[in-house]
Amino acid sequence: METFKIIMMATLAVVMIISAIMAVLSKEMPLAILASGAISLLASIFFLILASPDVAMTEAAIGAGLTTFLFFIILRKTEQNSHEDKK
Amino acid sequence: MKIKNSLVILLVMAFGVFLFQVYKQHQTQGSLNKTAAYYNTNTPDEVGASNVVTAIVVTYRGLDTLGEVTVLFLTAMIVGYILRHGGKEKPMKNNTSEILITAANVLIPGSIILGVYVFINGHLTPGGGFQGGAIIGTAITLMILADPLGSVKKAVLHITESLSGFTYILIGLAGLLFAGGFLDNRILPLGNLGNLLSAGAIPLIYSLIGLKVGTELSSIIASINETGNKTA
Repeated sequence: METFKIIMMATLAVVMIISAIMAVLSKEMPLAILASGAISLLASIFFLILASPDVAMTEAAIGAGLTTFLFFIILRKTEQNSHEDKK
Repeated sequence: MKIKNSLVILLVMAFGVFLFQVYKQHQTQGSLNKTAAYYNTNTPDEVGASNVVTAIVVTYRGLDTLGEVTVLFLTAMIVGYILRHGGKEKPMKNNTSEILITAANVLIPGSIILGVYVFINGHLTPGGGFQGGAIIGTAITLMILADPLGSVKKAVLHITESLSGFTYILIGLAGLLFAGGFLDNRILPLGNLGNLLSAGAIPLIYSLIGLKVGTELSSIIASINETGNKTA
């Protein structure tokens, strides 16, 4: 059981680092936003494995849900602005 | 650009070395420390909540929670103040995809019910006012994302927020009058451990916190969404 936990946590950490790099280097803005949301989602699974479900819920609700949606709202507003400036 | 990037990488590596030192010096404690042991053994008798985290957050450290709620309230107020000119500049184009609208219509009612469930059961299951409020705020954000032109009635949000904050303080003062101290939950009977209506005033307080956090987050997002393009 303990080794399974460690393997799972190592996998989660590696995927989190990969999505962090993706969020920074990606040229596509929606992809970067989704990658940063994925970090929060994986972090919440991490917290669940570390036996703190309360923190996991906060992380999932705020990091993965609210922030991602907020970024998409902002992205749409800024994109509309830049389109109108070009005209 | 190259120098900037290498500086950033250097900074990240230094932070990594620092964190590794913290990890190396970390020792796992075999037993709980004094405070944690006290909370762990006395929560069922003193507070009556099955979720010890909630007992600590709402009752033992209730004043800190009040401070947290106040900080969030101030944030919402300042965001609303700074973005107060927005909204009436010009109508935006509504180019939301049909998939998003349909998915949002399916997800929003469920999310709001889940949020209410989380904060009402805060004293029994993981979660509580902040988490439930954040889930409700996420649902409202999804609503705004699916229908950016629709207007959120901010007056309703502000009235709900103010009323729940006011009632929260009143419950705290009632604890000062009728029980052991400010925000004491024993103004209501503790009931049986594990029942929905137990743990004194905790379900009431957490429902108020949930409503307050949910409406605050929603009003922040709504002000950001309604900001016109030409605000300065």
